[in-house]
Amino acid sequence: MSKIKSLADLLRIRDEQQTGLQTREKGEVAEELVQVKVAMATCGIASGARETMEFMAEALEKRGVDAAVTKVGCMGYCYAEPTIEVRLPGREPLVFGGVNREKADEIIEKYIKGGELVDGIIPVNYQTVD
Amino acid sequence: MSKYSKNINKKQIRIALRNCGMIDPEIIEEYIARDGYHALGEVLTRQTPEETIELMKASGLRGRGGAGFPAGLKWDFARKNEADQKYVVCNADEGDPGAFMDRSILEGDPHSVLEAMAIVGRCIGSDMGYIYIRAEYPLAIARLKIAIEQAREYGLLGKDILGSGFNFDIDLKYGAGAFVCGEETALIHSMEGERGEPTLKPPFPAESGYMGKPTNVNNVETLANVPVIILKGAEWFSSIGTESSKGTKVFALAGKINNVGLIEVPMGTTLREVIFEIGGGIKDGKKFKAAQTGGPSGGCLTEKHLDTPIDYENLVANGSMMGSGGMIVMDEDDCMVSIARFYLDFTVEESCGKCAPCRIGNKRLHELLQRICEGKGEESDLVRLRNLGEVIKDTSLCGLGQSSPNPVLSTMDNFPEEYLSHVVDKKCTSGVCTDLLEYFIVEENCIGCTACARACPVGCISGERKEPHLINPDTCIKCGACMEKCKFDAVILK
Repeated sequence: MSKIKSLADLLRIRDEQQTGLQTREKGEVAEELVQVKVAMATCGIASGARETMEFMAEALEKRGVDAAVTKVGCMGYCYAEPTIEVRLPGREPLVFGGVNREKADEIIEKYIKGGELVDGIIPVNYQTVD
Repeated sequence: MSKYSKNINKKQIRIALRNCGMIDPEIIEEYIARDGYHALGEVLTRQTPEETIELMKASGLRGRGGAGFPAGLKWDFARKNEADQKYVVCNADEGDPGAFMDRSILEGDPHSVLEAMAIVGRCIGSDMGYIYIRAEYPLAIARLKIAIEQAREYGLLGKDILGSGFNFDIDLKYGAGAFVCGEETALIHSMEGERGEPTLKPPFPAESGYMGKPTNVNNVETLANVPVIILKGAEWFSSIGTESSKGTKVFALAGKINNVGLIEVPMGTTLREVIFEIGGGIKDGKKFKAAQTGGPSGGCLTEKHLDTPIDYENLVANGSMMGSGGMIVMDEDDCMVSIARFYLDFTVEESCGKCAPCRIGNKRLHELLQRICEGKGEESDLVRLRNLGEVIKDTSLCGLGQSSPNPVLSTMDNFPEEYLSHVVDKKCTSGVCTDLLEYFIVEENCIGCTACARACPVGCISGERKEPHLINPDTCIKCGACMEKCKFDAVILK
């Protein structure tokens, strides 16, 4: 990567990134992808998030779903780890709790493939600053 | 539909946690996409350090590590002290039992802390920052290292940042996990390779800190607020919160609460909203008894404090303190005397031993509590507890000792009847202090199956077959084997 030499430079990179967030490797438009974020702080990993993430990435690939699986920090729901956020194209993101292998499988088959809601949804209970 | 709380009122506002759970902490571009390093750019190219400091003062941001000192004022002191070298230090020595706010920020959004440290560097005139982090946080350390490396590669740390001529770099210093090293003078001594012991202030670190140079120490959460304040303005930030406490506070909810987790609420939110709305109430439908804030330095808040708005002043006025943000919730099954003893256990372990009031005083305080929990306490012990507690608070060298009796004094103030029942009736009403409890057999429930008598290792249970049995309290060793074996709930503890 080349150095950012000015504020204008930084803002240009910001705008480029905003349009292409999480699609660097695939070169596709973010809106058309299924985006899965796995909470991978110490707490999440301790409750099995690494296994969930590996399973998600592998299973989505095998089942032919165009998806980007990424790790993020703690979402704050310790009582429901491992937690994942799923954003289907054109829909608001949903957070699911207690996502072990079985749950992840159910989420892929029912929600990601069929758009059918499954148990374990954690409602968003905060406002963001932007 | 969902097994999780259906509460969707949005009482939380995420400022310090704005990126946690949103971005990949190991990819700097994701941080940049969410306006990362923009604030640093503004500060370097469009503001003088004085203007930035004025903005911070006007925002009303106060230290989130516990004491609540105004951040802008702290930076101003460090700026005004002339020296050939100054340092910026991030205090990531999070040590309160049950607290993990700083870890979550460092693991979920490390760049926000790096950016803020560079902003502080610009304001006070420093080109070097250190993050003092405990070695028990390996993932936070790994992610910080990656973040520092990426920021350097982009030129967001290093020489001539964004073409402004400003140089700043950051390195890590590891702590060995001593609680006292969260105190800023002890932290600085530990960074210097000395023993982690506090020294008397003044001189404050802003005058003579790391290596004898002016040093500004801020907590992780304080720093995480800084970039947003620069971008959105002092007025926006000060519109959130109460008269004296602006912005939001992150709390780590733990204990007997349904939604254990990390929350960020505006200052002035009530304990009731935190525990019953956001936290989803007490586990298993039990009754709320108390919430400990401020960890081993704080105190407990009870039912009568449920509607008090949480801010720095109100917590102190009610015998607790903000602390770093651990909040441990207790229900009717918790014994407040043993809770106080638990915190003293911690303090006794963590006291550095430099000053006598803390080293010896806390030990004696702990012994008194131990006696009371064992049923050997006397009424006069309660007077001694209070006197000793007040002497330790008044005479200790640093914040650790000055606040260590708080859990004892605050539980004594709020639950005097529990202390009295321990020393006068020798009873623990919550059923926690085993020395004060006795096993009984409820006659109506006992069918005389003899299972308990056969399980008892000391043979203190007597009774004929098919007749109610009896436990001899003089020989009972309170092992609980009888209670485990009984299938008819006939053995009880009270």
